[in-house]
Order: sequence, then C-alpha cells, then structure tokens
Amino acid sequence: MTAYVVRRVLYALFVLWGALTIIFIAIRIVPGDPAALMLGPTATTEDVEKLRDNLGLSDSMPRQYVAFLGDVARLDFGDSLWLNRPVTKSVSERITATAKLAGAAMLLALVISFPLGILAALRPRSLLDRAVSVLSLIGQSVPSFWLGIMLILVFARQLRWLPSSGSATWQHMILPSITLAMPLIGILTRLVRSGLMDVLYEDYIRTARAKGLANRVVLQRHATRNMLIPVVTVIGLQLGNLLGGAVITETVFAWPGIGRLLVDAIFQRDYPLVQASILFITASFIFINLLVDISYVYIDPRIKLK
Amino acid sequence: MTASASTMQNAGPPAKLESEAPARSSRRGLDRKRLFLWSLPILFFIGAAIIGPYIFPYDSLIVRTGDRLEPPGAVLRDGSRAWLGTDKVGRDILAQILEGARISLIVGGATIVLAGSIGLTFGVIAGYRGGFLDSLLMRLADIQLAFPSILLAIMIAAVLGPSVTNVILTLSLTRWVIFARVSRAATLAAKEREYVLAARATGVPPPLMLIRHIIPATIPPLLVIATVEVGLVIIAEASLSFLGLGVPAGQPSWGQMVAIGRDNLNTAWWMATMPGAALSLVVLAIGLFGDQVRDELDPRARKR
Repeated sequence: MTAYVVRRVLYALFVLWGALTIIFIAIRIVPGDPAALMLGPTATTEDVEKLRDNLGLSDSMPRQYVAFLGDVARLDFGDSLWLNRPVTKSVSERITATAKLAGAAMLLALVISFPLGILAALRPRSLLDRAVSVLSLIGQSVPSFWLGIMLILVFARQLRWLPSSGSATWQHMILPSITLAMPLIGILTRLVRSGLMDVLYEDYIRTARAKGLANRVVLQRHATRNMLIPVVTVIGLQLGNLLGGAVITETVFAWPGIGRLLVDAIFQRDYPLVQASILFITASFIFINLLVDISYVYIDPRIKLK
Repeated sequence: MTASASTMQNAGPPAKLESEAPARSSRRGLDRKRLFLWSLPILFFIGAAIIGPYIFPYDSLIVRTGDRLEPPGAVLRDGSRAWLGTDKVGRDILAQILEGARISLIVGGATIVLAGSIGLTFGVIAGYRGGFLDSLLMRLADIQLAFPSILLAIMIAAVLGPSVTNVILTLSLTRWVIFARVSRAATLAAKEREYVLAARATGVPPPLMLIRHIIPATIPPLLVIATVEVGLVIIAEASLSFLGLGVPAGQPSWGQMVAIGRDNLNTAWWMATMPGAALSLVVLAIGLFGDQVRDELDPRARKR
C-alpha cells in the first residue's frame, strides 16, 4: 500500500519535471526575442536589454534552467508586465474561479450521467437505451464554443432569463457550467453504461442474484462499485481537462478563470504569465491524476497486491 | 474467458434471460452494407467540401453592402437566394460554410494521416523492440499527456503562428501519442501470436516481419481510434480558429465564422448558428459512423 503510493508520488514528480522542462524549452524556442516582443516596437534598445537582464534571458541556457527550477520551487514567477503585479497572485485568483466552474460542471455531469447510464445498461437495446446513446453522442459532438453561444442566444438574449457574461452572481455560473458539463455528460454516460453492462455478466453477479439478493442490492453493493475503476480514471482525466479545457468556455462567457488568463497572456506576449498559467494547470492535472491513482487502492483492493 | 464464450454469455442481459443477440453476434465478417449506409452523411460532407465551392463560389473580396445581414432564405438584389443568410458585408454564409468545410476536411484528414503514421511508426518499433526505447517512448507519452490536450494545442499554435499547415502540425503533435499507445498495445499482443512466433522461427527478417505480420494486426484498432480522433481533431481546429490561433483571418473556417458571428449575435443570429450547426452535424455523423466501425471490428461491443 505505502509502496504503491510512494511509487505513484515519485512518478508524478517525474512527470511534473518533464512537463516543466517542456514548458521551459517551448517558451525559449518562440521565434523572436521575448523581451522585444513584450515591450513592442516603440521600445528603446536599452529598455529591451534591461528587460532581458530582468527576465534572466541573457544568461546561459543551463543557468536559466536552474534559475527556472528554483523559481518554480519558490512559486515565484516574477511580475506580469501586462497586469503589473506578481504573476503568482493573478494565477491563484484565476485558478479559484476556474475550479469553481469545473466543480459545478463535474457535479452536474455526475448527477445526470450516472442515473442515465445505469438505466440504459439495465435495459439494453430498449428505446430508452438508444435515446441515451444518441443523446450522449450529441453531447460529445457539439463543440463547446458553439454550444455556449447558442445558450447565450436563447437564454440570455431571447428569453432574458440568465446573464450572458461575467461572474458577479450564482446565476452567472449556470450557462458556463452547462456548457462545460455537456461533453462530460456524454462521455460519462457511455462509460457508466458500458462499464455496468460488462460487470453485469460476471459470475459473482449471477451468484448474488442466485442467492436471492434484491436487484437494488446487487446493483448497489456489487455492480456499481466494480464499474467505478474506469469511471474514476476518466473523471480524473476529465477534471484535469476541465481546468485546461475551460479556456474556450471562459472566453465565451467572459469568466475570469485561468484559461482565459492564459489566452490573454498569449496575445499580450506576457511570458511570465504564460509560463505560470500553463504550469499551474499542468501541475493541478498531474496532482488530480495522482489522487485518482491513489483512490484505486480504496475502490479495488486487488491493486494493493500488485 | 475466451472471446467466443464471452460473446455467447453476453448475448443478453442477465436480468431477463431471453437472449436477443446470438443471431447478430454469430455473423462473420464485416457488414459492408451497413457500414456504407452509416458513412453516407460523411461522404455527403466530403462531397460538399470538394464540389460545393464550385456551385456556390465564395470570394472574400466581394462586398455587397446592399445585401448585408440578410436572414436565411432572403432574396438578394441580384435575384439569387441566400439560403443561410449573409454577413456584415453581404457575403453568402452558405458559400463560406462550404469553403470552411474544405478546411475542416483538409485539417482533419491530414492530421489523422500524419499523427497516425508517426504514432504507428514509434508505437510498432517501441512495442516490437521493447527495452530502453520502449520505456523512453512511454515516459515521453506520459509527460505529454500531463498537459490537457487543448492547452498543448494552444501553446504550440501560439508558437507556430496561424496557418493551415501549422494547425495540422500542432494537432498532429498533440495527437500522435494516442496512436502510438494503441499501435504499441496491438504490437505487444501480436508479438505473442503463434503465426508471428512461427514466422520468427523460420527466420523472417525484422523489417519484413513488421510489414507483413505486425503492422496489419495494428490496423483494426487504429481505424477505430482514427474515427474517434478525426471528430476530435475537427473540433480542435475549430476551437483554435475560434480563439484566433488556427486558420488565418480571411480564410473562412467554421471556428472563425462562429467567432465573427458571436460579435453580431444581436443583429444576425444565423452568422454564429449556421457554421456551428454544420460543425456539430459533421462531428455527430463521424461519431455515429465510428460506433458502427467499432461494433464491426470489436464483436464484444456488438451486443451494446
């Protein structure tokens, strides 16, 4: 058990280091001088030189790399030129907003997809099953940027029920959460359905039925738990994707999250901000997947033995 | 559990024991007619992308201020009909959608071919050789998968700058890992098969072995993945273009059309609605077809 957890933690750290290195390289192979790009065409040569020194861009690559890793360890990414404040502050504010949205979307997706998937699995090939299959495929097919705009068109512009952008009240969360949840509902419904169907044919389910357990008990105690492994894996992957993938939804609804911050930072060529945003999103993604790996031990005790 | 046994057992839900599936699951070979039927909507999309622009030509330079922001179905000044409406400078939306279909088709097709061949090459070599090369590839894949894929695409696209070629490169770089993993897994399975062992025993040289015996075994799972991925790639291209990081301005792509339409939501609902609807329908058609392909190639899934 401990050995398994330690192994997963070490591996997560290794992946994090790899991701950091990729970010470090990616930012430095951008064509052109970041300092000149950040300051724009009106900047003087001295200004550019000064900024290069401030950013540490005049140092040798290995030295820059060591300094970069040091900055990461201290969570110090310098100041954003565009926002004129410490990058870490902006990023942590924005990631909270994104987490709120992602949490709401995940909750919505779970509440809808589990009942739908279970109902469909219990009556394969029924009308309900087919309807659920088509609906979940539609959920996965409709691109979120368009879905968001359509929701705004109908619920904000035509019906005037909900606000279209911003984040002042809880009503502001409704449309973006639905937009973000939709593909997730599609994926999870299909997964719950096929996972449950696989489990329902196992011998131990037949045994449980044969000894006269009520259908509900068989489902709750034996079937559902065993289909959780693939579902939890995908929930973890998708939760990470929600953090990064919220970029689009946040842009559509002007939600002040980390994804929108990143896109804005890219267009502003604010490298410290770009670097820190990507890093935070990736680190949360790795951390969530680590939690998923560890949760396996509780869901499926067999993993401990391996 | 052997494959045939599980197919029989899984023929029906255990709750009600009247089995419905055996007649279908005992069928052998591909049901080409059914696959063809389900591919019709996709063929229609491909046809529209290739032929459409000749029937409804689009010229980005034409400005017809008298016909600006006409709703779908409106008759224009020259007597022609704008079936899906016009934009701010009087350009036909349908013609733009057909141009955009070309972009989606080119990016979707080229990315799958490029990402698929890179993935196949690395996956098969890593799976067949094993050892250091294999673990290096898998660690690299894990690191890449630590980035949410849209984030990675945004990062690479921002570095490369907007152009159709760069979008294809970007999406291939974000997608090759999936193909590599699938072909590696298929290679590992094929390596242990008796015909491969037999071929090795008779001294078939490795390159020939890969081409004749290993790669053919990886094709069915790759096809299933490709049908899933092509939909995702088309959405990814549209998302990048929506953000202004994909296809350059002036070249109509669906994502960019939705972005422009979004700014005119109050005056012209059709500008954002129509290209997005086209995109959704194409991706849905690919998804439906993908389900059929998977059912055909994976008999275990057929019961579902």
